[in-house]
Amino acid sequence: MDKMPKWADIILIPLISVVLALVVSGLVVALIGESPWRAMEVMVRGAFGSAYGWGYTLYYATNFIFTGLAVAVAFHARLFNIGGEGQAAIGGLGVAIILLNVAWPHWTIALLAAMLFSAAFGAAWAAVPAYLQARRGSHIVITTIMFNYIASALLVYLLVNVFRVEGSMAPESARFAETVHLPNAASFASFLGFRGSTPLNFAFFLAIIACVGVWLLIWKTRLGYEIRAFGHSQTAAVYAGINPTKIIMITMLISGGLAGMMAINVVMGEAERLVLDFVEGAGFVGIAVALMGRSHPVGVVLAALLFGALYQGGAELQFEMPAISREMVVVIQALVILFTGALDNMVRMPMESLFLSLRRRREAGQAQSPAE
Amino acid sequence: MDFLTVLQILDSTVRLATPLLLACLAGLWSERAGIFDIGLEGKMLAAAFFSAAIAFTSGSVWIGLMAGIAASMVLAALHGAASITFRGNQLISGVAINFLAAGLTVVIAQTWFQQGGRTPQLPADSRFANIELPGAATRIRDIAQQGPLGQIYSELISGHSIIVYAALLIVPLTWWALYRTRFGLRLRAVGENPAAVDTAGVSVVGLRYAAVLICGVLCGLAGAYLATALNAGFVKDMSAGRGFIALAALIFAKWRPWYALSACLLFGFFDAVGNRFQNIQLGELVVPVQFMQALPYILVVIVLAGLVGKAIPPRAGGEPYVKER
Repeated sequence: MDKMPKWADIILIPLISVVLALVVSGLVVALIGESPWRAMEVMVRGAFGSAYGWGYTLYYATNFIFTGLAVAVAFHARLFNIGGEGQAAIGGLGVAIILLNVAWPHWTIALLAAMLFSAAFGAAWAAVPAYLQARRGSHIVITTIMFNYIASALLVYLLVNVFRVEGSMAPESARFAETVHLPNAASFASFLGFRGSTPLNFAFFLAIIACVGVWLLIWKTRLGYEIRAFGHSQTAAVYAGINPTKIIMITMLISGGLAGMMAINVVMGEAERLVLDFVEGAGFVGIAVALMGRSHPVGVVLAALLFGALYQGGAELQFEMPAISREMVVVIQALVILFTGALDNMVRMPMESLFLSLRRRREAGQAQSPAE
Repeated sequence: MDFLTVLQILDSTVRLATPLLLACLAGLWSERAGIFDIGLEGKMLAAAFFSAAIAFTSGSVWIGLMAGIAASMVLAALHGAASITFRGNQLISGVAINFLAAGLTVVIAQTWFQQGGRTPQLPADSRFANIELPGAATRIRDIAQQGPLGQIYSELISGHSIIVYAALLIVPLTWWALYRTRFGLRLRAVGENPAAVDTAGVSVVGLRYAAVLICGVLCGLAGAYLATALNAGFVKDMSAGRGFIALAALIFAKWRPWYALSACLLFGFFDAVGNRFQNIQLGELVVPVQFMQALPYILVVIVLAGLVGKAIPPRAGGEPYVKER
């Protein structure tokens, strides 16, 4: 029998953990001599107070949905893909290659090609660590970290030596053709007040579709069942005839593909060219998002929204309260990972005993009443 | 390339290998006791900031060093609490610690010094000075006049800060403690089979906390070296992935102290070569500097692929120990 009702596991514990993380963040702000309430207010207003703020919040959230889903899918097979950063970077490479080298007549076709290439490149970058985990038993966390650094070095090399525009000093590729620019929110949702400069673009819908896709995959398909079975118990899964190599490979390819597709939002939708370090830590935020969202697409969307708001609100914070550095967002992110991930049991253990004692009391009450 | 140039590259190899070596030995202590630590980077960074900040405000590099070690140990204790007491995921805890250090150092530096998340430049007397061994020439012109042996002595062996010599001493010390003492035997056992250690009546929790705290001290030394010996002050993200290169070196060394020394010297050498030459010309082939930077990571993947030997981590690594009831 479960020690806790399901809603407590899915909603209550993550909520308590996030509140703890925010309380500690507030303490940090108070310690550096600023008002946590005012900081909170500035961040909330910056993120949700205007169409401008919403545009950035949802734009960042789009990135984090992709990377969060990537980590979440791997979590279901109990694989820790810490390489979202590198997979997204290489995904961007795929987007740039296909958009720079083919004259696409319309952005819709270009988008399909970009999806294919970003996913394929991201998946390819996850394939080697996956293979090493499946066949050689080398720890996927270590190999994906190494692949992050290799990807970063590779991207610098390619941007400086291959993609750089002749005569330009900036390590970035040429701009993509006008025809492949994704429509941004100003063109399809101007009635909501989005202006032409908003970074929010069509890729947001892609992220939502990806969420539905992951939900279907994990809970409605045979493969998803196998992935979850493998994650629960490797030995039982193998006994049931599930091929571990196949599950590890497929899960990591999907995970890498999702991380790679993040590049559509940034490279194709916003920058419209390949730039250095465009991932900006989104691969790592994905870890926090997946942990907080309990690896469920709905949770991932909510957590991604929270982090999107933190990123956008953090940028506003820097303008309004210069004493608080932008890195405060990184601190909050770290605390969310710490409390929802590493210190999960710190919240869980007392909650479990609380629910257990509540139930004992109730059962004791029921046992007594018929005897009376 | 003349002999002195080679010596200069080797000299900077030693300098650049030192933080790697300290962090690598830190990881070795922790992982040998069964606690995976990918938070080496964060602990180094925290130590780098606090050693520089306190050395600047107090004027004493030694007080700075103590502060750096203390900061690193606080994070190590946090990792211990998460992974030993609360049986959390050690990898996730490490990730959190890296971000915590990356964020907090800049946030605190900004409020403390208002210089955009860095500490002020440290004056020479609040840094670790280079120790000139007796009889060594110091000026490059004098060194060039010496014979080969004299050049090796003056350029390569003499003229490092005390932490470099300390780090080199910690290698045999670690080896001796792990392989020649009862404490070391138990510590290694706890990383392989904690249940057996528990059965023998030795505290698994105590041993693992000890290992994690030793790891904190060594990471603290590594960070202090970065900010107060190799550089003069703290700048944002100054550990620059060294914690992960140290982790790579640890795997490359297959969790053994002497091999850790050679792995770190090798990776330090890549760094030194990459710093000195931008692109290396090998006949027709041009090796780009980015390749040199990525080489440690590529090598580790090759080792992990089992193409060169086999790297087997401590058996109980990464798993929290739950006493059977």
